[in-house]
Amino acid sequence: MYTGIPRWVAAIAAVGALFVLLPLAAMLGRVNWPQFIPLITSESSLTALGLSLRTAAASTVLCVLFGVPLALVLARGDFPGQRLLRSFVLLPLVLPPVVGGIALLYAFGRQGLLGQSLGIAGLQIAFTTTAVILAQTFVALPFLVVSLEGALRSAGSRYESVAATLGARPTTVLRRVTLPLVLPGLASGAVLSFARSLGEFGATLTFAGSLPGVTRTLPLEIYLQRETDADAAVALSLLLVVVAVVVVGLSYRGPAPAGSGGRSARTGTPGRVPA
Amino acid sequence: MRPGIRASAVLGAGTVAAVLTGCAAPAGDAGKTLTVFAAASLQTPFTALAEEFEAAHPGTTVTLSFAGSSDLATQISQGAPADVFASADTKNMAKLGGAGLVEGSPRDFATNVLTIAVPPENPASIASFADLAKPGVRTVICAAQVPCGAATKRVEQETGTTLTPVSEESSVTDVLGKVVSGEADAGLVYVTDVKAAGDKVQAIPFPESAQAVNTYPIAAVRTGKNQDLADAFIEAVTGTDGQRILRGAGFGTP
Repeated sequence: MYTGIPRWVAAIAAVGALFVLLPLAAMLGRVNWPQFIPLITSESSLTALGLSLRTAAASTVLCVLFGVPLALVLARGDFPGQRLLRSFVLLPLVLPPVVGGIALLYAFGRQGLLGQSLGIAGLQIAFTTTAVILAQTFVALPFLVVSLEGALRSAGSRYESVAATLGARPTTVLRRVTLPLVLPGLASGAVLSFARSLGEFGATLTFAGSLPGVTRTLPLEIYLQRETDADAAVALSLLLVVVAVVVVGLSYRGPAPAGSGGRSARTGTPGRVPA
Repeated sequence: MRPGIRASAVLGAGTVAAVLTGCAAPAGDAGKTLTVFAAASLQTPFTALAEEFEAAHPGTTVTLSFAGSSDLATQISQGAPADVFASADTKNMAKLGGAGLVEGSPRDFATNVLTIAVPPENPASIASFADLAKPGVRTVICAAQVPCGAATKRVEQETGTTLTPVSEESSVTDVLGKVVSGEADAGLVYVTDVKAAGDKVQAIPFPESAQAVNTYPIAAVRTGKNQDLADAFIEAVTGTDGQRILRGAGFGTP
């Protein structure tokens, strides 16, 4: 594998890395270490952290549930409007979260498109934990779709064609061939979705509100603590950074290297094909 | 696409270098610029005031920066270039004074009280402060950490009412937003917020609001570069014209 990188590219890369690391290091310098443990284990902090972890987990499940079919349709399907559908699915990636929150409000809010029918059915979404999960799913879904669609495209459809010619039904091909092939891509997509859900702020603030234990996730708690207790805000920020680094670092391996190693690792376990 | 990427990489390197060396745009030399940091609730009256001030002082440009008072106080103590600071509470002004950043003594120039904001059709038939605590009423208030939430807390204590809000927002704007969108039945905001929102919400004044009057102080910032202009602006705010504009926006006399 070719590994030659021009020196000037490396230099600019170093500046780029520094640009990301410097603020984090600066934040580390501002942490009130003697008070750090009491600050992050205060009742309000633990409540917010617990809520964040629970809602992010629920959102990740929703992302997988809806994202896998979406990615399959986008990668394997062939229908008019496919490109348009992809653009819209990916829109939350570039939308300011507050815009997402406003859009969700007009869809699921009390006066919203679906809100009135939901209200008649006795379902209130605004100001509930459900609203937080919806907001997180909205912003995190594209991460799963992008990762998985990429994995599907690079895996190709040779094994699936073989399975189909051997008489496997589409659902069997999906379960026994396609999904095992793209499992690494699915896993990294799910991790990215979880991390994005954990950091969701704008859409939650706009759409869900902020009540301890119900809708006030860790980012909202940090935003509020910053008003009065900078030490608590910094300590909680660090906590969020650590959780994010652990989650992403442990499970997200990034795109497989282009060399033969990654390829054979992927294609080595295509699952058993029924004869 | 390709040439674009190359161009932006080069540009990017230059920009980063500029940022890292702390490059700042030179101040306009055609006239003087007065930078005013003011509480978000002052947006409408101070924008009008700044225009009058610019007309009365030809060649002067007034730059306004609106945000939460505690954000502004933090920015100033971190070195943001402000000439004047107008706070929505005395606490954040005191914070800046404690850091030795206030020139002279702050002057109180306005007051603001809470009011109940409800959607125009008032779906929960709110008529008093006590109505907010009725079961089934979806009330949104400010969190106790921010000035409007502290005022809410004081009214609760004085009246012996305990609210069970569906949300405690971190800014008064967010409270108003929940009422305007019809998500909440009622929200506790400032009188001036309802005035600025026009007919999108209806105000239900309540006498208990007198228990929590917020006083707005204004002062020149010690690190400011235009001390004379700053003093003139403070004179304008506390003078007849300034007070007329503030009254029009719903503010009270200190």
